Amino acid sequence: MPQDLAIDASHLSRRYGRRWAVADVSFQLPRGKVMMLAGRNGSGKTTLLRILSTAIRADAGRATVAGFDIAKQKEEVRLHSALLSHYTYLYESLTARENLSLVSRDTDAVLRRVGMLGRADDPVSTFSAGMRKRVSFARVLLQKPSIVFLDEPFGQLDPEGFALVEDVVAELKSSDATVIIATHQVDRVARFADVQIGLENGRIA
Amino acid sequence: MISAFRKELLLQWRTRAQAVAVFVFGATALLLFSFAIGPSAGLLRQYAAGFLWLGLLLSSTLTLSEAFHAEMENHALEGLLLLPVSPRVLYYGKALANTMQLVLLGICLVPVMVVLYDAGTTRLLTVLLVIVLGSAGISAPGTLYSAMTSQARAKQTLLPLLLFPLIVPVLLASVKATSLAILGDPMQQGRSWVFLLLCFDGIYWSLCGLLFDRVVED
Repeated sequence: MPQDLAIDASHLSRRYGRRWAVADVSFQLPRGKVMMLAGRNGSGKTTLLRILSTAIRADAGRATVAGFDIAKQKEEVRLHSALLSHYTYLYESLTARENLSLVSRDTDAVLRRVGMLGRADDPVSTFSAGMRKRVSFARVLLQKPSIVFLDEPFGQLDPEGFALVEDVVAELKSSDATVIIATHQVDRVARFADVQIGLENGRIA
Repeated sequence: MISAFRKELLLQWRTRAQAVAVFVFGATALLLFSFAIGPSAGLLRQYAAGFLWLGLLLSSTLTLSEAFHAEMENHALEGLLLLPVSPRVLYYGKALANTMQLVLLGICLVPVMVVLYDAGTTRLLTVLLVIVLGSAGISAPGTLYSAMTSQARAKQTLLPLLLFPLIVPVLLASVKATSLAILGDPMQQGRSWVFLLLCFDGIYWSLCGLLFDRVVED
């Protein structure tokens, strides 16, 4: 595999029951690029991101992320990538800082970056959906990934949050990180995406 | 590992009301067991260790069945697994915290046992050692099975069904060692039971740590 490929997916498939959520998806993404993954609800965007981030297994096909096999080298893939999921991955009874300290001790800078430093010591259970999203975003940034999977990053955010996501993606891109964004905000992401892929019924449209 | 353990302690501290409820449950169980024996002081003292461990075991199912509740709320477990950390670290952090919780519960139940069963002893350090080892023997498989049943609807039923048969040797050794500490140990048999406990702890802690990867990844 060429060294400059961040992701090399080949015939990836995953099914839930009889329905194929992702079917025979193949693509290559060079390092340092931003890719937009578009498609209607249930088109397979989230499943594809979850397969690539090793959250779930593919039923067929293979893929490498940062040069590591997603099936056989999960720990290496996880070292180089981070997923912003639909799920917040946050403990409700812990504070934002305590949640983030599970990833790294140096939490202040990212909390400030996502505008949550003022609420760093409040329990997550007291946060709105948008604030939780910001803390989840901080969690992703703390991992210092070279490949970032963002699943609906604009969901629940206010206009300030939209700008924050765009700024962070631009920063990631300038630091040679690769970003895949699954979104319904097609017009917004199309402005800065280098590659666009549409999914329909689990297949590349 | 320290980070995972610290997280568990924080979670347990934030839900400490549940620990009080579990202690009340254990103490109530000890009280009810004493009614089954009747007023005979000799019999009460003889069965005290057995009932202490039964009370601790029944209480442990309440804490263990909820051990992964926080992890399931926002799929936090998935978030932890996606970090470049071995799942074993998460397992040992949680199993250690569960052990600590059970040890504290056991320590709190001892005075209740002493009062209800007239089962005082001067060998408190031995009793403490047995409680630590016995709790570790319950927590190791308990944490693993708790992870397995955390998404099941009938987890409160399923966990004891899976756990109880497996920990019979630990329960037996704990009861015997505690009983010898209370009733006296002229033949020095206590050490053998403690050694047996240590062996089972070693087996459970190593085997369950190895199996945890498979359980959570699948």
